[in-house]
Amino acid sequence: MVEVFRDWFEHRHEYAKDWQKRTEGKVLGYFCTYAPEEIMYAAGILPVRVLGGHEPQALTEPHIFGMFCPFCRDCLAQGLKGSYDYLNGIMLSQSCIHLRQAFTSWRIHIPTSYKYYLPFPHGVQNPPAYKYLTSELRVFQKSIEDWTGLKISNEALDKSIEVYNKNRRLLREIFDLRRAKHPPISGLEAMYLALSSQMVDKAEHNALLEQLLERLKAGTHAGNGNSHIRLMLIGSENDDTTFVKMVESLGADIVIDEHCTGTRYFWNEVEPQEDRLAAIAARYIDRPPCPSKDWPMRRRLPHITQLAKDYGVQGAVLIQQKFCDPHEFDMPSIAKALKEEGIPSYNLEFDVTVPLGPFKIRMEAFLEMLRGEELF
Amino acid sequence: MPGKAIGHYPTEPLKCWNKAKEIRQQYYEDYRTAHERGGLRWGGGAWTLDALVWGLGDDCHLLTTEPYSASIAFNKELSAKCLEAAEAKGYARDLCSYVRNYIGGILLDKWAFGGPFPKLDFIFQEQLCCSQTKWYQVVSELEGGIPMYSIDLSVGPYKELNETRLQYLVDQMQEGIEWLQKTTGRTFDDEKMYKAIYNDCRSTATWAEICCLNKNVPAPLDEKSMHSLYVLATLNKASKVVADFYEELLDEVKDRVARGIAGVGTERCRVITDTQPPWGFLSLYRYLETYGCVSVGSLYVFGLEGNFEVKPDGTWGARTTPQQAGITFKNREQALRYYADWNLSRPQWQHFYGPEYKTEMLLRIAKEWKLDGVILHYNRGCEGLSVGIAENRLGLINAGIPVMTYEGNMADEREFDESRAHSRVDSFMENLGLEQLVGAHA
Repeated sequence: MVEVFRDWFEHRHEYAKDWQKRTEGKVLGYFCTYAPEEIMYAAGILPVRVLGGHEPQALTEPHIFGMFCPFCRDCLAQGLKGSYDYLNGIMLSQSCIHLRQAFTSWRIHIPTSYKYYLPFPHGVQNPPAYKYLTSELRVFQKSIEDWTGLKISNEALDKSIEVYNKNRRLLREIFDLRRAKHPPISGLEAMYLALSSQMVDKAEHNALLEQLLERLKAGTHAGNGNSHIRLMLIGSENDDTTFVKMVESLGADIVIDEHCTGTRYFWNEVEPQEDRLAAIAARYIDRPPCPSKDWPMRRRLPHITQLAKDYGVQGAVLIQQKFCDPHEFDMPSIAKALKEEGIPSYNLEFDVTVPLGPFKIRMEAFLEMLRGEELF
Repeated sequence: MPGKAIGHYPTEPLKCWNKAKEIRQQYYEDYRTAHERGGLRWGGGAWTLDALVWGLGDDCHLLTTEPYSASIAFNKELSAKCLEAAEAKGYARDLCSYVRNYIGGILLDKWAFGGPFPKLDFIFQEQLCCSQTKWYQVVSELEGGIPMYSIDLSVGPYKELNETRLQYLVDQMQEGIEWLQKTTGRTFDDEKMYKAIYNDCRSTATWAEICCLNKNVPAPLDEKSMHSLYVLATLNKASKVVADFYEELLDEVKDRVARGIAGVGTERCRVITDTQPPWGFLSLYRYLETYGCVSVGSLYVFGLEGNFEVKPDGTWGARTTPQQAGITFKNREQALRYYADWNLSRPQWQHFYGPEYKTEMLLRIAKEWKLDGVILHYNRGCEGLSVGIAENRLGLINAGIPVMTYEGNMADEREFDESRAHSRVDSFMENLGLEQLVGAHA
């Protein structure tokens, strides 16, 4: 069954085109997981996260200075190559300045009928952010209504919120099963579930997640079965399935992650409020933060260490997209916090493609060190 | 264009040059010795909303992070030690180079002007670039938990400013004032804040007016000299001393224009640059001058602090100050709203929302400042000001403006290749039809 999630992810463009054909709906590409998808979905839109292609490219050289992160360049490359030529529109919920460039260059160079920049607050710990974002969501909703010609009712928003919350609940329930000594699904499989949810119609995704959950609870789905070393992945965007597959082939279970492509995407739900947009705003402001929005207090640290405890993590891999300043600022503090909990960590810098051979040697060394700690 | 005799325009040193240096020195000394006078030391970036802190009294002395880090970078020996100290602590080598210089200085407990680093009492920062508050988050932690408040400024471009976005800033400022009182135990004086806002507007508008005088041929100032002048606004723009200085400077520059005094006597080609220069290698500007090429400014040196508006004739001029508009602040909310609006219109805040905004300004400058070309520093040391720079290049080229780019780092000399940059200048000058001046040397 996990193969379906994998296929959705690996053939995401085909899925979106097919969805477009069968529903005659609009597909809206978004660049950062702070995008309020509930509003789009309430208007019958399929929100699709724009991701990279993990292939060397030079298309973006004239557009983005090479000291910006490989992820933003890879995303733009997909647009310039035409991989996302089916998108009816694009939107950015204000992200780090790196990813903004993928959006703004796309806005300039790739003809698209709908382009929306939502100035999402960075000061999510400042109380005025709730009122401000609620107001921005109202403007966004109006813009979506104008674009689609459909009025978004409270009922439609309620339905959308419920579909999205259900998706989050199901993913969390499945992820919770990975706390077990023998996780029923591998880190790679879990990655397919989380990634595919960012590009597949949530109602459809939910139906399959429910079936999978039942199977997992019944113990009829075999994971990779080993439980040698329990690893956690932490850091920037990571949809590098090749890397994850390689790590797990070394006798490790990736039992949990803290990526915007993983748990940060779905960890918290929309709590009902009379004002639906205020409720949605609160959900995004209170979610496990991206480091670019995690200040002045460090809310990521207690969240990460709690996850590490809950999932019995023995070691953590700190993954950072090359040149990502917000994550680079956090890495020393995360390593320190984990060390204080007795959890060793290891830093890896990711590019569009990762040097699988050298990374394999480094991961083997890290895992050997972790096993050594168990032995002695 | 063949080699031409050197010095076809008269030039002379700025009379107020030493005064600018004295103000800068006094600023750092006031900060260092603040405790001796019962005052407070606080930290914030060059864009922090410092007029608010003036409401706590005249004895709260600010240390702005970026210019202080540039001062470290200018001292190559100290900078190398600071960069290495930060990197040894785990901060990535490709992080903002100002950050690494500053953090390194704290780790080594070294003050750029000698002695130990004078610790901050509190931090009052803002966030526009992703590195700004994260920087102080680390500083706060390294110094044992310095109290910190930061205002989120990222509400979109000024062209699209609306009531909600403005109010978001104002609400945060109101909370910031409460935080300042609680943190310092001092009572906030609104009148003092009003004065600081007036001074801020006076400083930043007057600096813009000075920059506009460089539309004249010959330009009365060259960019290299402007760096030593604009810096005062990055340090203490809400102070009376800086606002008064800029008015004095404005008078002097007007006089230079009237008498045809050039910043560089050999001017025959006019360019601007963008982003911060490599501070340890300002001789690059002297190298340009060997071709009779003068950088008459940069969007950075104009618009980091200078505040502009489009005048009735369609050209760029200094933004009208509240004093000039006859506006008197009557209450805190009104003053904060004005101050928020004033800041949000800063030229260098716009490109964070798209390169088109900066390209538009660069094209305007190219036309109004009568430029022959633009030099873009692909600055590995600053993400915030390099955002969109490649698109700016394309935008300029598409509009027919000759563009030269070079890669470097404003504050990490390990990432700047001087001879390669000179080679680029040689090629660019050749493209512009210029030969080196007879007898010229950098």
